[in-house]
Amino acid sequence: MHDTDPTVLPQTPDETPAPQTRAARLRRFLSGVFSLRAEKSQARVGVVALGFSCLFVVIAGRLVMLAVTPDDPGDLRRASAEISIVRPDIVDRNGILLATDVKTVSVYAEPRNIIDKDEATELLTAVLPDLNARELREKLGTKRGFVWVKREITPRQQAEVHRLGIPGIGFLTENKRVYPNGPIASHVLGFANVDNEGIAGIEKYIDGLGLRALAGAGFATQATDLEPIKLSIDLRATHALRDELIKGMEKYKAKATAGLILDVKTGEVIALASLPDFDPNNPVEALDPERINRINVGVYEMGSTFKAITTAMALDSGKVNINSTFDARGVMRYGRFTIRDYHGQNRILTVPEIFIHSSNIGTAKMALTVGVEGHKATLKKFGQLDRLRTELPESADPIIPPRWGELNTITISYGHGLAVAPIQAAAGTAALVNGGYFITPTFLKRTEEEAKAIARRVVSPKTSEAMRYIMRLNAERGSARKAAVPGYYVGGKTGTAEKVINGRYDRTKNFTTFMAIAPADDPKYLFVVLYDEPKGLPETYGYSTAAWNAGVTTGKVIERVAPLLGLPPRFEKPYRPFPAMAQAGAWGIQ
Amino acid sequence: MVSRAERTVLADWWWTVDRYTLGALGVLMVAGLVFLMGGAPPVAERLGLPTFHFVNRQVLYLVPAILLLVGTSLLSPRQVRRMALIVFLAGMALIVAALYVGPEVKGSRRWISLAGITVQPSEFVKPAFVVLVAWLFAEGGRRRDMPGTILAVLLLPLTIVPLILQPDIGQTMLVTVVWATVFFAAGLHIFWVAGIGGMGLAGLVAAYEFIPHVRARIERFFNDDVGDTFQVDMAMESFAQGGWLGKGPGEGTVKRILPDAHTDFIFAATAEEFGIVVCIAIVLLFAFIVIRSLILARRNDDPFCRLAVTGLATLFGIQASINMMVNVHLLPAKGMTLPFISYGGSSLFSLAIGMGFLIALTRRRPRAEIFDATPRWGEVR
Repeated sequence: MHDTDPTVLPQTPDETPAPQTRAARLRRFLSGVFSLRAEKSQARVGVVALGFSCLFVVIAGRLVMLAVTPDDPGDLRRASAEISIVRPDIVDRNGILLATDVKTVSVYAEPRNIIDKDEATELLTAVLPDLNARELREKLGTKRGFVWVKREITPRQQAEVHRLGIPGIGFLTENKRVYPNGPIASHVLGFANVDNEGIAGIEKYIDGLGLRALAGAGFATQATDLEPIKLSIDLRATHALRDELIKGMEKYKAKATAGLILDVKTGEVIALASLPDFDPNNPVEALDPERINRINVGVYEMGSTFKAITTAMALDSGKVNINSTFDARGVMRYGRFTIRDYHGQNRILTVPEIFIHSSNIGTAKMALTVGVEGHKATLKKFGQLDRLRTELPESADPIIPPRWGELNTITISYGHGLAVAPIQAAAGTAALVNGGYFITPTFLKRTEEEAKAIARRVVSPKTSEAMRYIMRLNAERGSARKAAVPGYYVGGKTGTAEKVINGRYDRTKNFTTFMAIAPADDPKYLFVVLYDEPKGLPETYGYSTAAWNAGVTTGKVIERVAPLLGLPPRFEKPYRPFPAMAQAGAWGIQ
Repeated sequence: MVSRAERTVLADWWWTVDRYTLGALGVLMVAGLVFLMGGAPPVAERLGLPTFHFVNRQVLYLVPAILLLVGTSLLSPRQVRRMALIVFLAGMALIVAALYVGPEVKGSRRWISLAGITVQPSEFVKPAFVVLVAWLFAEGGRRRDMPGTILAVLLLPLTIVPLILQPDIGQTMLVTVVWATVFFAAGLHIFWVAGIGGMGLAGLVAAYEFIPHVRARIERFFNDDVGDTFQVDMAMESFAQGGWLGKGPGEGTVKRILPDAHTDFIFAATAEEFGIVVCIAIVLLFAFIVIRSLILARRNDDPFCRLAVTGLATLFGIQASINMMVNVHLLPAKGMTLPFISYGGSSLFSLAIGMGFLIALTRRRPRAEIFDATPRWGEVR
């Protein structure tokens, strides 16, 4: 009988004496351990059945998993969808093509369908000799369903690869971006990578418009489906600007140079060039830090060109008028700092004189009449303290002094101690001369009405007239004479900043700027040229200040570009160009 | 139709046999032939044999195998025990003989030539071993005068030591797992369940630590980058290419380079051509046979029949599961055939005997017969 079965026995441990029970229990336990418990058998078979159920469920589950894992041939579909993305054409303001798509053919391989991988490698490298045989063999040895062999081959190569008849090798037609004008306007256009994705410039901006989503939804499969993107850029003007900059950079042995032509009434960028640049068709050099877009991304102390904003601020504040005078004798001391004039006149100067002699002392004193807070507020209003964003993804924050006291206001008044992007400074200067409206620059075509809608008044029309007047005066009698091309009534301002090297201003390394407006009585365009470390030449008498390089180049640019832009030359002096100035009897009025 | 009125051996068989299991086995064999037509021709071509060499051979094997299965299933439990004993003894003798005179194939001595036919005796030993162990446990559970349990425990090393000597680790593991399952089903004390489970784990760890090729194989399983994973990669590729519905019979391409596409990896080859849906159907078919047999075993009042059926169903189920799990990359590669589907004579006959035993023991019998033929629980004679 099953008298050895411990479960059968009644257990009353509390009532029986401990030692006896312990021995009995041990004996019972041992015999239980060594006997089979047959009455459990049926339940145990059930457990086995349950175990098998789990096992089979696991296998079936794994099979489902294998079935639903994304199939590798999807790689091919994905790749062909990616490369078939079309981009809209980009044209300049006159409709000339700047960027377009062309069809090319690429070779791909499906490694799993290639029977003899060594043979395939050998044949392919024979036809496409620039392929690395080892790399190709490795690619074909992978278990992937899709690998590129070579992108963008010629029709002749395609025919040769086709003739090899290797199973698992195929072709895909893809769109390749082409920039027919090479490096001209390259910083504006940016470029697209081999998968036709926009990487920089307007190309990246276009991607941000939802191009990829459009293609993913099955729309926009051909370039003709997409409206061309019309830029504000004028290709001819851009070429002329770039050409003059190349000549100038060579002549003055500058490290870098850049130029900008801005329509002051609409804020459109008509031309932009920054040298050294790159060819977007082969953008290997585009990432070189020396080749950045200096107009949008570089931030610089703009030097004396900043005096225009200071002067306008002083005039607009009402505390200073065009005939106010400031003592510019000797030097100006502030704490342990001494401020000097470069072209020291050592006398009392009127506002126009301060401007055309580029007096640091006079400008600083003008700024101090407005005060630190007023100065800050004005610069903020002129967009000089915030990052200026255009359609281009490339932009930069200005470098603002962390603590802004009177000394900062003094130095910033003549363009030191605040570094801004040149396009930012240009937009500010444009606002001074266009009647007093700040208009954010754009790279897309826009009309005057559209610009008006977003424009913001920053100075009064009278102040604007005063600024045009003194800029013109500067071109007649001051440092801007070298840019005063006859017939276009040019006005302008030079700016030379010493570069900061290791935390100190270096007297031998200049950053020169020239800003010119034409025509000064009713400006249409603002021209900006800047040089990074131009050298003095015998014909400049060793000078490397702005008038001798940036000023000269700006003159050449205006001479060449103004006719292209349809600016009519006028050789007689305009009738009453500055009526308010004449009325006020401003210094220098004839 | 067989008349119920006449009590012939065949008529008795027809009316008492579990026709669902029998039917499922029939479906499995036919499906196996169809799948073999897909998986075997590339292998045959590679070996320079006629295209349908393996299919024809399999048909040739199936006829005697079916006869063997049906013939075995006619036996009564007592006859099953006797046949098992004979097969076991003969098989063990051949295994031992093979160790000395058998040819060495791929580093092990598993095969022996009998009258011109090469057989793998360990295949035949498996079902016989299960039946004997089940009988010993059943006797041990109900008779105190017979040391059934001890004999059953001793039978394990007796069987697996020659297998280890061959060496054939796969069969050893299979036999051990089935033996443990029968022991468990026989009502093993929970103390031993834990103990044997722990020993099994310890054995695995020891094998990993001390047997280099086991270690290599396990490491290869967990780390795809190390060593040659070609076979498993190709199997995975078959599933990927097949997808839910497969490429269609004869359309497979991976099977051309998948090694053992007609034996151990026929499941993957099937997936490529017939699709994963069909594979899941095969899994369900195996699950049906195994779980139905276990349910029948559970209901069976005869302890011997219950344990033997449990053991045979486990043998069948574990073998199928291991094969399929290797195919779907859930286990490291292990030489194990897919019952009734993989090509192979010895395996087929062994399965025919095993399933024949299973069907014989699941036949419905009058309760009286069970109690008359065997001593009642706890009865002392």
